[in-house]
Amino acid sequence: MSNSKLTRRGLIKTSALGGAGLALPTIFTAGRASAFTNEPTGDTVTLGFNVPQSGPYADEGADQLRAYQLAVEHLNGEGDGGMMNTFTSKALQGNGIMGKKVEFVSGDTQTKSDAARASAKSMIEKDGAVMITGGSSSGVAVAVQALCQEAGVIFMAGLTHANDTTGKDKRANGFRHFFNSYMSGAALAPVLVNNYGADRKAYHLTADYNWGYTTEEAVRSSTEALGWETVNTVLTPLTQTDFSSYIAPVLQSGADVLVLNHYGGNMVNSLTNAVQFGLRDKMVNGKQFEIVVPLYSELMARGAGANVKGIFGSQNWDWKLENQLGERYVGTNAFVQSFGTKYGFPPSQAAHTGYVQALLYADAVERAGSFNPCAVGEALKDFEFDGMGNGPTLYRGDDHQCFKDVVVVKGKENPENEFDLVEIVEVTPTEQVTYAPDHPQFAGGSLGTCNAGA
Amino acid sequence: MMGLTKKDFTLLIIVACLAIFAPFILNPFPEGSAMAQFNAGYPDLMQRLVIFGIFAIGFNILFGLTGYLSFGHAAFLGVGSYAAIWMMKLLTMNVIPAIIVSVAVAGLFSLLVGWISLRRSGIYFSILTLAFAQMSYALAYSVLTPITGGETGLQPKYTDPRILDGALEPGQTPRANLFGLDMKQSFELEVADWVFTFNAGYYVAAAVMLIAFYLSIRIFRSPFGLMLRAVKSNQQRLNYTGLNSKPYTLAAFVISGMYAGLAGGLLVAMDTQVGAERMFWTASGEVVLMTILGGAGTLIGPILGAGFIKYFENIVSKINESILHQWFAFMPDGIEDFLVAIVYPFIGKGWHLTLGIIFMLVVIFLPGGLVEGGQRVARLFKRKKPADDKPDGKTTPAE
Repeated sequence: MSNSKLTRRGLIKTSALGGAGLALPTIFTAGRASAFTNEPTGDTVTLGFNVPQSGPYADEGADQLRAYQLAVEHLNGEGDGGMMNTFTSKALQGNGIMGKKVEFVSGDTQTKSDAARASAKSMIEKDGAVMITGGSSSGVAVAVQALCQEAGVIFMAGLTHANDTTGKDKRANGFRHFFNSYMSGAALAPVLVNNYGADRKAYHLTADYNWGYTTEEAVRSSTEALGWETVNTVLTPLTQTDFSSYIAPVLQSGADVLVLNHYGGNMVNSLTNAVQFGLRDKMVNGKQFEIVVPLYSELMARGAGANVKGIFGSQNWDWKLENQLGERYVGTNAFVQSFGTKYGFPPSQAAHTGYVQALLYADAVERAGSFNPCAVGEALKDFEFDGMGNGPTLYRGDDHQCFKDVVVVKGKENPENEFDLVEIVEVTPTEQVTYAPDHPQFAGGSLGTCNAGA
Repeated sequence: MMGLTKKDFTLLIIVACLAIFAPFILNPFPEGSAMAQFNAGYPDLMQRLVIFGIFAIGFNILFGLTGYLSFGHAAFLGVGSYAAIWMMKLLTMNVIPAIIVSVAVAGLFSLLVGWISLRRSGIYFSILTLAFAQMSYALAYSVLTPITGGETGLQPKYTDPRILDGALEPGQTPRANLFGLDMKQSFELEVADWVFTFNAGYYVAAAVMLIAFYLSIRIFRSPFGLMLRAVKSNQQRLNYTGLNSKPYTLAAFVISGMYAGLAGGLLVAMDTQVGAERMFWTASGEVVLMTILGGAGTLIGPILGAGFIKYFENIVSKINESILHQWFAFMPDGIEDFLVAIVYPFIGKGWHLTLGIIFMLVVIFLPGGLVEGGQRVARLFKRKKPADDKPDGKTTPAE
């Protein structure tokens, strides 16, 4: 199970300090002789899907869970195989992972880091999960990633957009496919400058928590580098539902762009307030007033309804990518097809990133020839692949972050149906959103060494 | 014995036995069987059961004895946790200083909160404590981000100073220990198909819980406890006798805050991270539910309630649709789907619904909580003996 990594010096020091020789680690040696935590010995292997099923991100969580179930089907050779057909790595055979049938356990993170850790722990300690994936907020992702590092299993991050997950809180056992705040900023800034001009004054409203800070920093620094000026940045409480009092000062500030570093219900409310205040009809400094939302999701677009029309934002992936931008994004249609056939509507980006993470993990195990987290980590390191709907992608070894094109979208003026709320404006190529591993926004962490547990 | 009456001592021994043999008691089903789903004998959940037991025992000293309903006790749990994690970051990964400091800091904080909140009683007191807890949560989640880590919380890192411990090698994860005994260390006993896990951290937490439980019995039986009960039964009359009840209620408040801090410190000792959600108002509500569900004012009730709620949160919430399909697989297809459709809303993500129904049933039919249920069952069996000598088994009213 566990193993104590005591240094001799540390042991002597602590025991001497306590003055009591309570050190009895020899009694507590692991009973099961296995090479690593939860080594699958039977003919099945268990994966842990840890998603929010209650709380503010329950809808995203439900969609992710659907995608994970689809991935399990495909891995076990059921269904149409989805993106396994377009994936450039051909290690997966549709006979489970390394011949072992894939089983899964699911848990509810409640979008709380304590509950998420409890749920992940029970998957590891009770159900014998060899990999944990999921999470719909950065706090949860960071907490569970650290847990997986300690326990010696692989963590494939789900929906987490803050820089910290692969920045100051990165871990050797954790991997993130989803894009991050920096990438959103870097992708959005050129598009914004092209559309609104380089001579703009921006006003930021930022949700008062970690993700808000990193997103604001990313958008601000990328737009300022292209000539924009930041007039003011204001923090708004997370529990705020009425943003009127924050919107009124925007008009007096002389700003001509409002950036809403908000997510979920916050964004729906603040955007609605801003539009109701008539901001979008105003002319300031001789220019049309504009609103920008750095991180878009299908659910938010649905929540904000007509207010979202014409507003720019960024996404990790969109289900229309291959249809509109062609072959480069192969895999998109294959996934949308099998997801749509099973559930009757197109998948969200949350579903997509979950599905891809599950497949990438399985593929890495096949290529490594072992479930050992260190071997799997080695196989994922600097792994280049294509055919997963995002174009050519790199899993960078330095910080375990995926680098791929970022989709810049705009709220559609005349949506044809309830799933077609955003139109793809442009896709920012990978090179423009790539940063150095020691970039200031990501500094301060260390991957450490991989931990295989027992 | 140990200053306890025979009855209380027996109760203490029973609780001790339950705690010591928990790995067996909570793992009644063999691995691999369909019922293994209901096993709860894995380290994390066992730790949570005893830690939230401590939390509820402490809450009961305030609520059960004085009747003051605090809606903000999670704040003390959180403050204790943050204090403990900072001890681990700055001083040592040994859990002893962390736990001591968490109790002390939570005590000081509860003194402040209690001193202000206890100026009012009843609903106003509850609202005041709730407000304090929500303020603490908001501070931890955003304003105090440099100290609390904000949304992403705090974890010990190898780069932390930790002046009493030797420097760790780069990338190594610091582990909580008790003089070298790793809290995560487990010993697994395999008997036929059963696997019983004995976890070092769990036994440390269980030992602390037994001490906390013993202390709470002593408080319940002391003159101080009697005074607290007097506050509950009629504070006004107590004041008219010329007695100032405020120091007593404040002491009870601080003691229960220290229990909460102890629970918070232990949470960190077992699982070295803190998130601000720990202080959210629902967490305060949870401990109220635990105490009421188990039986407010009883000694063992809060522990039972805590166990019950944590079991639901961790076990029932993990049953998903595909497990249900496995269970009902022996039925014909149509009936299988029908049964799954009926049961599904009550398990998995619907566990709150089941818990809510059980809570309602307990409050309506067993106002004394689970303890009253136990007493009723006990009475049911006891009554049989004397019933034999009466012809109809009932006492006839003397009319």
